[in-house]
Amino acid sequence: MSEDVRMYPNIVTPNNPVIFSDEVCTGCNECVEVCMMDLLMPNPVKGKPPVVLYPDECWYGGCCVKACSLWQEGAITLNHPLNQRVRWKRKATGEHFRLGMPYPPPPNTRPPAGGWNAKA
Amino acid sequence: MHYEELIREHAPVWPYPVNYGKEIEVSCDVLILGGGIAGCWAAIGAARKGVKVALVEKSATIRSGAGGTGVDHWHAAVTNPACKIDPLEFSKVTIENYGGWRCGISQHITSRESYDCLLELEKMGMKIRDSEDEFKGAEFRDEATKLMFAYDYTARYCVRVWGDGVKPSLYNECLRLGVKIYDRVMVTGLLNRGGIVGAPIAGAMGVNVRTGEFYIFKAKASVLSMFMPQRQFIFSTELKGLATTHRPSTSSGDGHAMAWRAGAEFAQVEQSGRGGGLPYGYPQYGVGNAANTWYACTMVDANGKEIPWVDRDGSILKTVSERYRPAPGQKYFLDMGMEYDYRGPMLSPDWRERVRTGEFTLPIYADLTSMPDHERRVIFGMMVAQEGRTLIPIYRTYTRAGFDPEKDLLQSYDGGWGGLGPPQWRTYSGGTSSGGGLVVDWDLKTSLDGLYAAGGQIFANGDHAYAASTGRYAGRKAASYASGADEPSSDRRQIDTEKTRVYAPLYRESGMDWKELNAGICKILQDYCGELKNEELISIGLKWLDELEAGEAATARARNPHELFRVLEVFNIITVGRMMFEASRARKASNTRLGFIRTDYPEVDPPEWQKWVTIKLDDGNVKVGELPLDYYGDMEKNYEAHCGI
Repeated sequence: MSEDVRMYPNIVTPNNPVIFSDEVCTGCNECVEVCMMDLLMPNPVKGKPPVVLYPDECWYGGCCVKACSLWQEGAITLNHPLNQRVRWKRKATGEHFRLGMPYPPPPNTRPPAGGWNAKA
Repeated sequence: MHYEELIREHAPVWPYPVNYGKEIEVSCDVLILGGGIAGCWAAIGAARKGVKVALVEKSATIRSGAGGTGVDHWHAAVTNPACKIDPLEFSKVTIENYGGWRCGISQHITSRESYDCLLELEKMGMKIRDSEDEFKGAEFRDEATKLMFAYDYTARYCVRVWGDGVKPSLYNECLRLGVKIYDRVMVTGLLNRGGIVGAPIAGAMGVNVRTGEFYIFKAKASVLSMFMPQRQFIFSTELKGLATTHRPSTSSGDGHAMAWRAGAEFAQVEQSGRGGGLPYGYPQYGVGNAANTWYACTMVDANGKEIPWVDRDGSILKTVSERYRPAPGQKYFLDMGMEYDYRGPMLSPDWRERVRTGEFTLPIYADLTSMPDHERRVIFGMMVAQEGRTLIPIYRTYTRAGFDPEKDLLQSYDGGWGGLGPPQWRTYSGGTSSGGGLVVDWDLKTSLDGLYAAGGQIFANGDHAYAASTGRYAGRKAASYASGADEPSSDRRQIDTEKTRVYAPLYRESGMDWKELNAGICKILQDYCGELKNEELISIGLKWLDELEAGEAATARARNPHELFRVLEVFNIITVGRMMFEASRARKASNTRLGFIRTDYPEVDPPEWQKWVTIKLDDGNVKVGELPLDYYGDMEKNYEAHCGI
């Protein structure tokens, strides 16, 4: 808890559609260049992850993630808003799961048909 | 005191160099306005003719637009070797399926050229065949061509494609052909020759959304290729961000608004439909359902009891395979078959009532686990992965969180992606692709010389394959026109007037922001241009729209180039709102197909109103006109005479 208490306006909803990893992201800004809504801004500090300036304008297309050369290493992750996280049930066990739950089942690592970058 | 005053001097500076008002002039033969699917194809079609092409895009062409994040179904591919339907027959039955309310020009161009576009995409690097034989032996796969089909596996008119990378492919092809691309420039207005509304088009003007620079594009011919308005009725970023729109929210009707101001003629603008509850919905194509990308998934209730699939006569289908086949005595079914003749298999339509009576227990789930291997994998693995907004948002996000289509039942949130919502929550047009737009002739030329239209800019057009086919066609027609046209002359007064309009929000210290303004306009359309309409409601609605435009909108402010383009979008939303009221006033009859109810004209579908109602600006007044539904005439003859191949 900080002694330095300030006044802030409310954070807009959804809070944050795109999560960057400080460790993996190189600040190359490829995601900034591809974003449909132009909601990401280059970080004033070179080499740092972009600033999510307009989180409320995200269309959740995922182009920013796909444009990143380190997306599978976790540099950038799409983050559905809490009211958008779908749920499913495991047929054999009857367990219920949802996107973003604290103790998720192990990931399903199967790539899509034709791979992540299908080409002719 | 507003909080902003306290923090202003501490706010980070804008990351891009700002040059409001600085003019950049560009000259070309063919100017493409909007770099989505239709725009890229138009640029390619024109550039192949050897003319100088410039393309202007508000976002980033490499991924922008309604098709920017992918495509899974390639529709109307009737000329593929595995399909036995003749293109003319396909055009006719498709129009018939819409009760005649479809533009025969864009329809037949697409029936003729859709598959050619797909073959060209393959050459550009897009995967369209199962060349690795992952789906060898599947019912939907043609062994000779390795093409894979959706919906009717007998008729084979709709190809499943690996379209996640469609935009990068088109973008690279544009660059290869020497198209000059201007990204992050919002086109704000068209240039008429001599600055006179209704005069031929001589180019366009725009503003850079990062730097604020002003662009003047002079062109012999222009192709308008922006999408249909998305933010007319529903707007709230609080619920799930701007993802409240089915297509990208940057589709704010800019093309519609600027063409209207320039004097072009529109049709079908009075059409609107129930909104699908998008603001409360779950991710598109990421909820278990049985339609579209998920066609024809097995659905079960909480106890694992299956909801039956039936054919058009209500007969229960016993196998999964039958869900992809025409009914006994039916030649083929259409993917959006509404008329009995073309209606395909469906989930038993009374299943919701049977939930109420307790026969099925909520929640309902999409059960991919019980689908045959190929069908499961093609739905969740190909269609979900290649369709727009699915590769990262759905396939990657869900699998990373542990979802496994072989083991898991995905909960269904009804009605596709979340139910219908209240009746006043509507969408421009009836749904996603076919709605009000520019009237075109067989050259895809609008009512203004020098201005062509493609994709969602054309009235009553179709989806992705339609955007591609009409784009390619409009591009080559515009190039032919440009080859014989003289140098365009723009009017300085028109440019100065536009500059004043465009930059005005920057001069205001206080005023409403674009989001509140957008929401306010939506409320006017909800309240006065909603499900039920009458003369009185339309008059009051127009009054409030005028009042809002002169009031809050005239004081709307922007603090940087990003806010500026958002405010300018909202100005266009007001213009489109006015067009919707005017078109609704002009149709003095209720109409089933257009979802149009006039309580002061309660007779439904009177024969004398089975026609397109057109509107345009003429000398400052709205001029109403009409066209026969089949104004396009003999489709095959006209196509052959005009196609230019």
